[in-house]
Amino acid sequence: MSSLPLFSALLRLADDRLVLGHRTSEWCGHGPILEEDIALANLALDQIGQANHLLTYAATVEKASRDEDALAYFRDAIEYRNALLCELPNGDFGVTIVRQFLYGVYSVLQWDALSKSKDGTLAGIAAKSLKEARYHVRHAGEWVIRLGDGTDESHRRAQVAVDTLWPYTGELFMQPADEAELVADGITADVSLLELAWEVQVADVLRRATLTAPETAWMQRGGREGKHTEHLGHLLAEMQIVARSHPDAKW
Amino acid sequence: MSSPDRSWPLWEVFTQGKDGEPHQHAGSVHATDAEHALQNARDTYARRNEGVSLWVVPSAAITASTPEDMGPFFDPANDKAYRHPQFYKVPKGVKVF
Repeated sequence: MSSLPLFSALLRLADDRLVLGHRTSEWCGHGPILEEDIALANLALDQIGQANHLLTYAATVEKASRDEDALAYFRDAIEYRNALLCELPNGDFGVTIVRQFLYGVYSVLQWDALSKSKDGTLAGIAAKSLKEARYHVRHAGEWVIRLGDGTDESHRRAQVAVDTLWPYTGELFMQPADEAELVADGITADVSLLELAWEVQVADVLRRATLTAPETAWMQRGGREGKHTEHLGHLLAEMQIVARSHPDAKW
Repeated sequence: MSSPDRSWPLWEVFTQGKDGEPHQHAGSVHATDAEHALQNARDTYARRNEGVSLWVVPSAAITASTPEDMGPFFDPANDKAYRHPQFYKVPKGVKVF
């Protein structure tokens, strides 16, 4: 693994979207109704597309003669840098939607900050992705309100989803030490500075959804250092099997 | 006794290709309310760069002619070719009409 700070920062950005995008794609053909099935597939394609741009750029930065496909399909779980939140199983529709919302709000704030990056390539990827992420938040946020403020059953499930996912949100705002210089140079954004805005926006939607955030101070962490849950290995096995079985295949 | 219909209401979707063009019927989606219908319409009918504007209308709000109306509504137009403008000569100099 390269020690280039920019490469590491791009992997963190890319792996979040790649892993969450793959999770979202697991809904394809299983959506509660046709329209939502298509919507979820759209979200997945947006997220995987963002990861594609980021990994392509990461490969350029690394200069180690491996391309975006090699980075996606030939790294093991221990080399992945996504937040644990992104790799958790989809659960029911409530868990899926609440995660899309919690992560989506974070993603919008992050892309917004990165769209002002002094690195032109990163700023360009961010500006394009920001539009997509804004729609993801709108889609998921409207659903959170409808599920939370819906029937007794939908409210119960949405609250379980919030309680289950909440301890995984803290990791999103833990700023990695090796990024200090990049932040100082205006290349990347300090994620710890996004937390306040995230809390305000999430609290507003949870309130309208009649849901409550749990009072827990303890947060899960590990993904950014390659210490993942057992779930990531299974996800990667499925995602990588074709590329690894046919390493030089073109399609 | 039949179970109550629990499917979501149907909405008709109209998309506008470009500014100034008319909104045209694209299809329909199921949705719980107007905002939800707009999102479903976006995901179903506007994800391949099809338009710049969307309308959604509850299908129940549309009053349509019936097949029985076909005779009285449309047949009388058959033999009235003079309602078309092809008998007018276009004045010289008119290039666009």
